[in-house]
Amino acid sequence: MTAPLLEIDDLAIAYKTGDHEQTVVHGVSFKVEPGEVVALVGESGSGKTTTAQAVLGLLAGNGRVERGAIRLNGTDIAHWPQKRLDGIRGAVVSLIPQDPGSSLNPVRTIGSQLAEVMQIHKRGGRKEIRARVLDLLTRVGLTPAGMRAGQYPHELSGGMKQRVLIAIAVALNPALIVADEPTSALDVTVQRRILDLIDELRRENGTAVLLVTHDLGVAADRADRLVVLQGGRIQEQGPVKEVLAAPRSAYTRRLLSDAPSLGKPRPERNLPAAKDDFAIVVEGLTQDFPVAGGGPKSFRALDGVSFKVQRGTTHAIVGESGSGKTTAVRSVVGFLKPTAGRILVDGVDLTTLKGEALRQFRKHIQLVYQNPYGSLDPKQTVFRIIEEPLLNFEPIPAADRARKVRDMMRRVGLPESFLARHPRALSGGQRQRVAIARALVLGPRVLVLDEAVSALDVTVQAQILALLDELQKALGLTYLFVSHDLAVVQQISDTVSVMHKGRQVDGGPIERVFVRPDSDYTRELIDAIPGRTMPVLASPAISLQG
Amino acid sequence: MSSRETSDGDLVAVDPGEALRPSWLGRLKRVPASLALAWAIVAIVLLWAALPQLFTGYSGTEGVPGEQLRAPSLEHVLGTDGLGRDVYARIVYGARYSLTGAFVAVTVGLLIGTLLGLVAGSRDGWTDAVIMRVVDSLLAVPSLLLSLSIIVLLGFGTINVAIAVGAVAVARFARLARSEVMKVRRSEYVEAAFGSGGTFWAVLLRHILPNSLTSVIALAALQFGSAILAISTLGFLGYGAPPPTPEWGLLIAEGRNYLSRAWWLTAAPGIVVVFVVLSADRISKAIQKTAP
Repeated sequence: MTAPLLEIDDLAIAYKTGDHEQTVVHGVSFKVEPGEVVALVGESGSGKTTTAQAVLGLLAGNGRVERGAIRLNGTDIAHWPQKRLDGIRGAVVSLIPQDPGSSLNPVRTIGSQLAEVMQIHKRGGRKEIRARVLDLLTRVGLTPAGMRAGQYPHELSGGMKQRVLIAIAVALNPALIVADEPTSALDVTVQRRILDLIDELRRENGTAVLLVTHDLGVAADRADRLVVLQGGRIQEQGPVKEVLAAPRSAYTRRLLSDAPSLGKPRPERNLPAAKDDFAIVVEGLTQDFPVAGGGPKSFRALDGVSFKVQRGTTHAIVGESGSGKTTAVRSVVGFLKPTAGRILVDGVDLTTLKGEALRQFRKHIQLVYQNPYGSLDPKQTVFRIIEEPLLNFEPIPAADRARKVRDMMRRVGLPESFLARHPRALSGGQRQRVAIARALVLGPRVLVLDEAVSALDVTVQAQILALLDELQKALGLTYLFVSHDLAVVQQISDTVSVMHKGRQVDGGPIERVFVRPDSDYTRELIDAIPGRTMPVLASPAISLQG
Repeated sequence: MSSRETSDGDLVAVDPGEALRPSWLGRLKRVPASLALAWAIVAIVLLWAALPQLFTGYSGTEGVPGEQLRAPSLEHVLGTDGLGRDVYARIVYGARYSLTGAFVAVTVGLLIGTLLGLVAGSRDGWTDAVIMRVVDSLLAVPSLLLSLSIIVLLGFGTINVAIAVGAVAVARFARLARSEVMKVRRSEYVEAAFGSGGTFWAVLLRHILPNSLTSVIALAALQFGSAILAISTLGFLGYGAPPPTPEWGLLIAEGRNYLSRAWWLTAAPGIVVVFVVLSADRISKAIQKTAP
């Protein structure tokens, strides 16, 4: 057998911050054979992106390869100068970046950006390059290619931009493509089409792919071999099927058991006995927005959405970006005045309230945001953040307020020593716990969670979901859970509304909607979820070990 | 990097704040030399203003007959002027007038400007439009012309000059405060504060004001320097304090007549003004860096 295409040997990488250097990748070794797909899997901070960047010589300015070798076709490129690397980037190794939104030049047409990579490497004259550009655009499914080549990035959707980036990556038929979270910013149905496209192009050209992903499901579906990273060290590597079927490291087992998956059995949920006691009733909710630039026409973000949520249960609203799910919850919490329809929370029609009455009503319904980095005031301490809602209503003595804040901290599982900290000194999961504590301190009956676990790593996500479940049982809360992730929804919800382009295309109990969907869209959505090939590993004995 | 990439292990994360919080002595060592120098200059000038008699034995206004136009020497560090007054003493005593003027000017600009900007940024519609159009018209008039018109209205004098200079700064503070408020107002924590039942004024005071203030304070430091410059300019033109007040601008103006014979009369106060303005600039830059 010849030398592997890529061989990473005992690679260590350090970042310099201020005066000291911190090593983030500690002696990582793995190989990629020609035509093979290797997935680098890990949570944030695991060093997977740093490793991938090093392969392309694209480490941030303060990063440095401490030791080890990166051998491409047997040649060590770890310490090559940038100039020399330019010769192989694009031609031998290429990159599909993570964020299609910011990876294209907004002032140039996609055709000229695609042509650029061929011009840099001097592949043919104007005419040949033009022909190749059109050919590539057609191959990545951007048709009619002639029209697409003249378009600017802002005229394309996120998925289409990612197709352009893929076209750039495969333009020179490289031997290896590094795909850094290529679909993390995309909706599931788009994600599936993009991953299919990468697969197809890879097979045609015999290209190897180093796939960096946080999503075990994606890795399970697409990779031949798996490298599991944690804290800059390899926990485990091997053929995908073997690693997932019989993980040897405790960390891989924990990742597997924490990853939400449709294959997992639904946890038992005890529905409250009282039927027809609805905490939220939404009827014919319609929301129009004026179109930018004025004019009599308006954009209909929500069109006659109706659902009911029984007290003490969880109702999920699922959909892709632009489906109207966020607009729906913003109406339910009273941040938007609906154009038409009724929203009853505990029997009170929210749409008729305004001013002081609306402010008073906010006690009963609280919202937890997706991004715990943006929803907490960076200047406040944790104590002040959780205390603040109490200051907005009837005055309570300071001692009682402090007691309530401490109670809340205990409930969400945070130590009291955190009270004096600022949000920046907390991790993402801890911040989300603080956000939940702030939402619950007023004793609301309804909690609206807007993608509240989407920004978190799977293990942290599993902890927050467990906390939410525990709080629901203890406090009898009703949840309205907005998510794009059907696997999570299937784990924790009782009923669901599936949204598509502002309409509710499916709705009802989870069991029915997921097993016998009414609409083709729901079926497509369920089929697109990655990880169907992932073996189910959720027996209690194993999750205890993790 | 997506937000998904930034969280780390739950409940086991180290406090990054702790690593960044060494003893105050260690922190002091990390202050850049230029910033330390800037603070030192400001401190000295403040001391001049507070306790001038500690820094010089000479009077700031009384001359000594027969000692006219002496060049800098050990006896008179910065020489003497046409009436035999020690130039160094006049600069030290003048600090009080120039600094008070700058303080008044910045305070006027900061308070009125920030308030206008805060209200304009927090309220949409015609309130915002009216305030900002007034601010725009203030900016349309050249600042010196505007100051002169206000002084003509108010009458001459140190404080009136300061108010005139402050009025010019109102527009700049208002615009900055408004843009900061607009940025903070769109953040999720402000919406969350309204969502938890906060009233308009509570949210304004608890979240919008503290989070938009850093840049405004930085501008205040910067304006402090320009205010000294503007007040000196107006003093030089004769609109400020009457002689024999040792105000810095006036010192430069008085020295003008002796430029060919006694360079120190204009150079010394001029250099002091330059150093104070540069120091204010440097400090402003440092404050700006602390903004998130």
